[in-house]
Amino acid sequence: MELEKYISSGILELYVYGALPEEESLKVTQELKQHPEILKEVEEIEAALTQLSISVAPYNPEALLYTIQQKITEKQKAGVIEHPAKPRKTNLVLYIGWAASIALLIGLVSVISDRNALRESLEAANVKNTTLEQQITDARQSAEKNKQLLEVFRDKEIITVPLGGQEVAPEAYAEVHWDEKTNQIYLDAKDLPTPPEGKEYQVWSLTLDPLTPTSIGLLSNFSEDENKIFILENPNSSQAFGITLEPKGGSKTPTMDQLYTLGIVQNS
Amino acid sequence: MQEQPDGLIAELQAKNPKAFERIYERYSESTFGVIYSVVRDQHIAEEVLQDVFLKIWEKAESYNSSKGRFFTWVLNIARNAAIDKTRSKAYKNKKKNLTAEYFVDILEEKTNISSKVDAIGIKKYIEALKPYCKKIIDLLYFKGFTQSEASEELDMPLGTIKTRNRNCINKLREILTE
Repeated sequence: MELEKYISSGILELYVYGALPEEESLKVTQELKQHPEILKEVEEIEAALTQLSISVAPYNPEALLYTIQQKITEKQKAGVIEHPAKPRKTNLVLYIGWAASIALLIGLVSVISDRNALRESLEAANVKNTTLEQQITDARQSAEKNKQLLEVFRDKEIITVPLGGQEVAPEAYAEVHWDEKTNQIYLDAKDLPTPPEGKEYQVWSLTLDPLTPTSIGLLSNFSEDENKIFILENPNSSQAFGITLEPKGGSKTPTMDQLYTLGIVQNS
Repeated sequence: MQEQPDGLIAELQAKNPKAFERIYERYSESTFGVIYSVVRDQHIAEEVLQDVFLKIWEKAESYNSSKGRFFTWVLNIARNAAIDKTRSKAYKNKKKNLTAEYFVDILEEKTNISSKVDAIGIKKYIEALKPYCKKIIDLLYFKGFTQSEASEELDMPLGTIKTRNRNCINKLREILTE
């Protein structure tokens, strides 16, 4: 009955639209992983919207695939040719490689969490198990080289902000690597203690004077995350970053006596 | 039913070109529909679709399944790109006399101009949708409004938007399973 109520509330439609705030979306994702009925509902909503969208499309744009593939090839070629002339590009290539490896690792970790779905999908994708095993091995190796990845980030135009431990956790430490161009943050959180049951870390972007915190995400699944590197979106013009411990699902405003780490952006 | 192809998405994130092709086959036509409903010009819609799929290839690793559906991730990229396009000067000059307001207008135009499309199937969609459904779906889905933005635009309480929208989508689903 509870489940029915949840489904008929209309929240799942908004979830598929992308109309929910990020924190609510995260909660819905957790629900649908636990309840096949909810997942089924979401899939049906998605199918209906897909049909509706297709009916509005002027025609099937199959023929454009080739043009897009050519553009991708051109872009890749351009990257390779410039390579010897500009040593900086090496970093970019490395970066793309490592980013892909990390993405693969993240992808695999989330996929492995649902083995059955993985098997079915893999059959559909015609990927043999042997290839998968090789990819897992490769991904593990690249995880060991995350440190190296961070070196690469430093070479690029990435702002690194060390977040030092605060009163509640003087030994805690984290680092924000902020790429202002893409608005992405790579948060290295391996020196944060594992959060207690029912709690999770929340990351805040702060602007000073007046002090205004904006949530940029939760470090959900902290203990399961192997490399403790979290990729977050940060479109704010941040002057500082802080991490607080909050009840699961996060809070609207930071709980200041649970401020674990804090760091100020230099040259901001 | 539309299961999310998680294995395929992981392959895409690992930069497998074959996976990209399959993702394109699966998501391009609906994405094209969403883009077209915003820009209302086939040529411009094609341009935007290309940009969107280039971005899907380049940014695939930033998709995070705990944040939402891959469908929604693609939808967001497409809506943003399409809306950006309509703000450009070139677009404004070209599309001065745009009259169609909702995606439903496109459906209606489509039945008039083309005999190739499945006119009966499309008419079913149109007839099934109440006027407020057209507006709600247009704002929340095709234009990417948040619930509170839609509530303001339509002068409807938040909760009403949520339940009415659910009823509208249910109506669509009924047609699909008929």
